[in-house]
Amino acid sequence: MSNNINEVPVAKLTAKDFSSDIDVKWCPGCGDYSILAQVQRTSPDFGEKIENIVWVSGIGCSSRFPYYMNTYGIHSIHGRAAAVATGVKLANPKLQVWVATGDGDSLSIGGNHFIHACRKNVNIKILLFNNRIYGLTKGQYSPTSEKGKVTKSSPYGTVDFPFNAIKVATGSGATFVARSLDRDPKHMQEMITRASKHNGLAFTEVYQNCPIFNDGAFELLTDKETKADNVLVLEHGKPLLFGANKEKGIKLDGLNPVIIDLNDGVHTIDDVWIHDETDENPTRVFLLARFTDMPGYPTPIGVFRQFDKPTYDQDYHNQIDQVKAKKGVGTYETLMNTPNTWEVK
Amino acid sequence: MAKLVQILEDVTVRFAGDSGDGMQLTGSQFTDTTAIVGNDLSTLPDFPAEIRAPAGSLAGVSGFQLHFSSSDIQTPGDSPDVLVAMNPAALKVNLKDLKPNATIIVNTNSFETKNLRLAKYDSNPLEDGSLEGYNVLSLPLTMLTMNTLEDSKLSNKEKEKCKNFFALGLMYWMYNRPIEITSKWLETKFKNKPEIMEANQKVLKAGYYYGETTEIFTTRFEVKPAHLPKGKYRNISGNEATALGFVAASLRSGIDLFLGSYPITPASEILQELSKYKNYNVIAFQAEDEIAGITSAIGAAFAGKLAITSTSGPGLSLKGEALGLAIITELPLVVIDVQRGGPSTGLPTKTEQADLFQAMYGRHGEAPLVVLAAQSPADCFTMAIEASRIALTAMTPVILLTDGYLAFGSEPLKIPDFDKLPEIKVSHRKEAEDFFPYLRDENLVRPWAIPGTPGLEHRIGGLEKKAIYGNISYEPANHELMINIREEKVKKVQNIIPEIQLKGDEDGDILVLSWGSTYGAIRESIRNLRAKGNKIAHAHLKYLNPFPKNLEELLNKFDKVLIPELNTGQLAAIIKSTFLKDVIQYNKYQGQPFKVAEIENKIIELLGGNNVE
Repeated sequence: MSNNINEVPVAKLTAKDFSSDIDVKWCPGCGDYSILAQVQRTSPDFGEKIENIVWVSGIGCSSRFPYYMNTYGIHSIHGRAAAVATGVKLANPKLQVWVATGDGDSLSIGGNHFIHACRKNVNIKILLFNNRIYGLTKGQYSPTSEKGKVTKSSPYGTVDFPFNAIKVATGSGATFVARSLDRDPKHMQEMITRASKHNGLAFTEVYQNCPIFNDGAFELLTDKETKADNVLVLEHGKPLLFGANKEKGIKLDGLNPVIIDLNDGVHTIDDVWIHDETDENPTRVFLLARFTDMPGYPTPIGVFRQFDKPTYDQDYHNQIDQVKAKKGVGTYETLMNTPNTWEVK
Repeated sequence: MAKLVQILEDVTVRFAGDSGDGMQLTGSQFTDTTAIVGNDLSTLPDFPAEIRAPAGSLAGVSGFQLHFSSSDIQTPGDSPDVLVAMNPAALKVNLKDLKPNATIIVNTNSFETKNLRLAKYDSNPLEDGSLEGYNVLSLPLTMLTMNTLEDSKLSNKEKEKCKNFFALGLMYWMYNRPIEITSKWLETKFKNKPEIMEANQKVLKAGYYYGETTEIFTTRFEVKPAHLPKGKYRNISGNEATALGFVAASLRSGIDLFLGSYPITPASEILQELSKYKNYNVIAFQAEDEIAGITSAIGAAFAGKLAITSTSGPGLSLKGEALGLAIITELPLVVIDVQRGGPSTGLPTKTEQADLFQAMYGRHGEAPLVVLAAQSPADCFTMAIEASRIALTAMTPVILLTDGYLAFGSEPLKIPDFDKLPEIKVSHRKEAEDFFPYLRDENLVRPWAIPGTPGLEHRIGGLEKKAIYGNISYEPANHELMINIREEKVKKVQNIIPEIQLKGDEDGDILVLSWGSTYGAIRESIRNLRAKGNKIAHAHLKYLNPFPKNLEELLNKFDKVLIPELNTGQLAAIIKSTFLKDVIQYNKYQGQPFKVAEIENKIIELLGGNNVE
């Protein structure tokens, strides 16, 4: 067990300082390696001392994550990471609390904790590794598996519709909602760093390849040949453009997103929808999130929304301070003595 | 008119009416006043699970029973001496429980055709002679209340709602207690609704003077203050006492309190009560469900808090998996299970002791933890502190069992001095040198190193731990070692709990072994029988896992051991299997506590005619 005594200034930490001495045991080629690498690479930029960072997880391949981080960590039980993390954060708001979770962990067995953490805007950072499959139990479909998917538990294809994690998080009130790709390290680093700076619940979905049970699930988005036409990179204040030469754009026709060709002589850049991540109205986020359900539309990655809202833990502790200011700090005497106390002599 | 004053040793009163009649409130006001005038007392509310069952129906009857005395008492009384019945349904439901010759005060205004029909009376019991033998006082309580409030601006409906205070005022007069305490309470309660406050005060006073001036009432009763040990007292319910006990434990240990909880009958008051104590640094987190209640508490325990979660049987079932996590991560945690009638939703507002097996064994894997049980409403305070002390010093989850009877019942609590509370020595580890997350002290307790402490960064979790280091380990021998250590650690708690005390006759013909909330009824029945010359021993278990060290030795001194329980024999089964000792069971599972007379009869039966009457 390594115990880094961390007295060097925070800025001088490196990825290595955040790496524990445990052997990483994901399958070769698993997208989780990339997520771990990007987190360790960006951790020195979080602006937190190692001892103030806590990684919490549930169960699943993703949830082995805390063991590989040289921070405080708790590998809890299936689905409950968001609730454990809420407890840690509420108990000590000075800590920076991260959750490593998966599509089954947070969108199936732990759906309730996930939506309520979003609703309350608890100041925790949730990284959801979405591989659209149950990996640790060896290949059953997950709540994000596409309809009709053939897996070990759906030999004739699934008949259920998948969850869209961006929609669930947005609908539940998350104040930072982003998506990235395991094969786009630079982009992922940017998303993780931004999540770390967000004051409120930061939800980041990472599309992650499972080479064993769902290989190639995101190939269209990561393959050099197809990437440009299939990925739409969201940037605040910038037009929604995609394609090898950014020749395609999204125009908002009322509430209908329409793909336009900027070279068709009819449309210009001025027709293109400008992304505004600060918009608290979730309508446009839902429109964007739906692209993955619309054939021919590119998959958006980047920050869908980010805005400030009071956090649960801060408001809770503010209330404690207010009650203390009003009533005074409680003592055993004030606790036990009521107006209806009497004395037997 | 001069009225007779009769001195009584003790009285049992029951207030009964519709769920909406304010009977719980009337009862608790009478209780507060009775406590302050210095009687010993014990209360038992009994109400339906429905918030407002149809008005006037048998299902909607809500009752509150109070036993008060000039001597030491342990139970809310087997059968009431006085029943205040606000409607026919309340009379019908409660009549069978009354003592012969009991006094019945009824609101005659409610004994009209519709209510009689709802109560399934074929004829009016006030007129058909069926109440012969009782001392029936028929009063038009509704009319008297309306007349009192003739000048009030309140609506008729609002006026009518004050009628319980008329009955309360009358009872205050009958039992010679002051009305000021309730009057003051009304001032605080309705600070922002002066009309309602004044109306209730007026009706309360009118009820009091009605007793004084009307000739129907010829006698007043007096129950002198009890000779309780010197000290400061307050009346307290079990749930309140539980909540305060944890705040006291937090103050005593210097570790802030964190409650994660989801509302559930009959435990919700613990959450509500603890939500008030923000200025004691108490975090009372109302979670999205039972599982989040316990898992947030586990997170808080990891972060260094005195972490607790409150629930009832169904909630404990949901928390089972997380308890396993608390056991393997060896974090301090207290789970309060306010038991109710089960299985499933069962009888949410009724009492039972049927979660003992669940508390002891209700987890997958080899998952030992500490189990405690409180014996009376005031004892919930003591046992909440004990649960905290053990959890914090032994780094283990503890289940504290109370039940609906204790939760809602109340009695005087002698407020202990702060420095007389048990010491809770605990601290978070700071030294980085030689730190290993699972390196244990002589009691097998691992260090509590919390996030925010430089140099102690470590990971814990639900996978099997390597001894000393705490890393994941799948080694067969290590798993066996860790199971043994976890078992042994809980067993070592025997060293920090008191031995079980034998009360009564050491050479008794029979030992009664009890646990939990049956203490009062059992103690009172044994006292009655011993006063007649019977030889009986009594031992009461508050520590159920591990058992006190001397339990086996004590059991083996007796040939006949009787175990009365409000279940089908769960402690009996544990005692039999642990000590290979034969025991006699006495079981009741009707959602109701034991009556003193039931226990007495059972013991007499076992004495086999050798009893002294």
